[in-house]
Amino acid sequence: MMKSEYDIVVVGAGPAGSMAARFAAEKGVSVLVLEKDRDVGYPVRCGEAVSKAGIEEFIPSDPKFIATVINKFSFIAPDGSEVIVPLEEEGYILERRIFDYELAKTAAAAGAEILTRAYVNGLLFDGNKVNGVKFEYDGEQKEIKSKIVIAADGVESRVGRWAGLKTHIDFRDMESAVQITASNISVKPDTCYFYFGEEYAPQGYFWIFPKDSKTANIGLGVGGDMNRKKSALTYLNNFMKKNYPGASVLTRIAGGVPCVPTLDKIVAPGIMLAGDAARQVNPLSGGGIASGMIGGSIAGTVAAESVLMNKPEYVFEYEKRWNDRLGKRHLIFNRIKNGIYNFTDEQFNGIAHAALKLPEEKRTLGNIFKTALVNKPKLLIDVAKVFFTK
Amino acid sequence: MIEILPDKCDFCGCCVGVCPVDAIELKEAEITIIEETCTNCAKCVWSCPIEVLVFNRNGAGKKNDEK
Ligand SMILES: Cc1cc2nc3c(=O)[nH]c(=O)nc-3n(C[C@H](O)[C@H](O)[C@H](O)COP(=O)(O)OP(=O)(O)OC[C@H]3O[C@@H](n4cnc5c(N)ncnc54)[C@H](O)[C@@H]3O)c2cc1C
Ligand code: SF4
Ligand code: SF4
Repeated sequence: MMKSEYDIVVVGAGPAGSMAARFAAEKGVSVLVLEKDRDVGYPVRCGEAVSKAGIEEFIPSDPKFIATVINKFSFIAPDGSEVIVPLEEEGYILERRIFDYELAKTAAAAGAEILTRAYVNGLLFDGNKVNGVKFEYDGEQKEIKSKIVIAADGVESRVGRWAGLKTHIDFRDMESAVQITASNISVKPDTCYFYFGEEYAPQGYFWIFPKDSKTANIGLGVGGDMNRKKSALTYLNNFMKKNYPGASVLTRIAGGVPCVPTLDKIVAPGIMLAGDAARQVNPLSGGGIASGMIGGSIAGTVAAESVLMNKPEYVFEYEKRWNDRLGKRHLIFNRIKNGIYNFTDEQFNGIAHAALKLPEEKRTLGNIFKTALVNKPKLLIDVAKVFFTK
Repeated sequence: MIEILPDKCDFCGCCVGVCPVDAIELKEAEITIIEETCTNCAKCVWSCPIEVLVFNRNGAGKKNDEK
C-alpha cells in the first residue's frame, strides 16, 4: 500500500529514474517512483544503441534485452564514400521495452515502490523547499510528501521548472528526431550505419541500427532550425521511398534529443534533476541511456545520503559529483559537436576520403575526429582529451 | 495561435522541452496547449519532428469559430 510520505519520490521510470530509485533504496531510505505511462519502458523513445560497458556498470548483459551485438560503425558521406570503423569496445542494440523493465525490477528488488499511470502535475513546498508532489492517479488528484523529489521526467523536463529551475532549451539545440522500426529489409546485424549531409540529416545524422538481419531502427535527428524548414519526417519518408520502398513499418516514434551540455543548475532545495530532464545526454552522439543511468545513480546516492545525515543542503553535492564524472566531459563533446555541426557536404566528403587513406588498423573513432578537425587545432586538443585518455 | 492537428501526435515531448513558458501539457496520450500561458512564439511548431503543430495567424479554434 502506498504511504502518505516517503523519503524520496522519483518522477519518471526511464533509465535515469530507475537507477535513482535503486541507488537510493539500496541505502535503506523509502522510495516511491511515479510513472505517467501504463507501462514501464513503453513507448520506446530511442534508437537503442549503447556500449556494453555503459550498461554493465548497472546490469549484467542478458540476451533477453539485447537484440544484436555491434562491432563495426559505418560512416557514409554525402557522395556515398563509406568508412568502416571496427569498434574497440563492443556495443549493443537493445530491446528497450524489456531493458527498461529489467532496470525497474532492480529498483523494485532494492525496495523502491513503483506506481504507473501516475501523472505528476505539481509540487508541494515548505517555504521555498520542495517537499512533495501532486499527481493524478485513477481519476483522482493526490498528494505525497517527500524529503527530496528526483525529477527524471525525460526530455519534457517540466517538474524542475515548477521549482524555478530553467530546464527548457533553445529549439536550435534540440535535435528533432523520428524513427521507424522497419522489417523485411536486409541489414548486416553487426554494423551501425551513420549517414551525413544535406540530403540525409543537416545538423545531425541519419542512422540504421540493426535489430536482426531483416529488421532495423531507421531514423534521424536534425537541428531545430533545419526541422523548421523541412521536417525530420520528410527526410525519413524520402529515404525510405528511395532505399527501402517495400519495408514493413513495425513502429514509428518521434522524439527530441537535447544536444547541449548539462544544465547549469540541476539542484534546488528539495529537488534534483536526472537524465534527459537535467540534459545529461552526450551532446555529440545524442546517446542518453548510459549517461542517464550514471546521472540517476549519483542523484539517488546523494539524495539518500542527504536523508540519512539529515542534511538537506547536502543535495548540492550531486552537481559536483556529476560534473566530475561526466559533466565536464560533456562540455568538451559539445565543443566538438559545434565544430562539425555545420560542415558542408564537401567537407564531409573530404573527411571520408582522408579517413579512407588511413591504414585500417588506424581507423579509430578518435582518428576520424582528428581527421575531421585537422583545420581546427584547438578542437584537436579536445578530441585528444576525450578519445585518447581513459 | 497554435493549432494541434488531430490524430497526429506521438506524445514525444520534444515541443514541451523547448517551450520557454511551460505552456504545453503532455500526458500519456493527450497533449494540450494552455492558451492563457502561451505567447505564440512558435518554437514548438518549429521543433515538432512530425508536423503536428501549426501556427494559425487568425486565432485558435478557427474551425470551431466558423459557423
Ligand atoms: C529518436 C531517439 C533516438 C535515440 N537513440 C538513442 C540511442 O540509440 N542510444 C542512446 O543512448 N540514447 C538514445 N536516445 C536518447 C535516450 O532515449 C534518452 O536519453 C533516455 O531515454 C533518457 O532516459 P531518461 O530516464 O532520462 O528519460 P526517459 O527514458 O524519457 O524517461 C522519462 C520518463 O518520465 C515519464 N514522465 C514524464 N513526465 C512525467 C510526469 N509528469 N509524471 C510522471 N511521469 C512522467 C515518462 O513517461 C518517461 O517514462 C534517443 C532519443 C530519441 C528521441
Ligand atoms: S507557441 Fe511558444 S509559448 Fe506557445 S506553446 Fe509553443 S513554444 Fe510554448
Ligand atoms: S513534438 Fe510533435 S509529436 Fe512530439 S509531443 Fe509535441 S506535438 Fe506531439
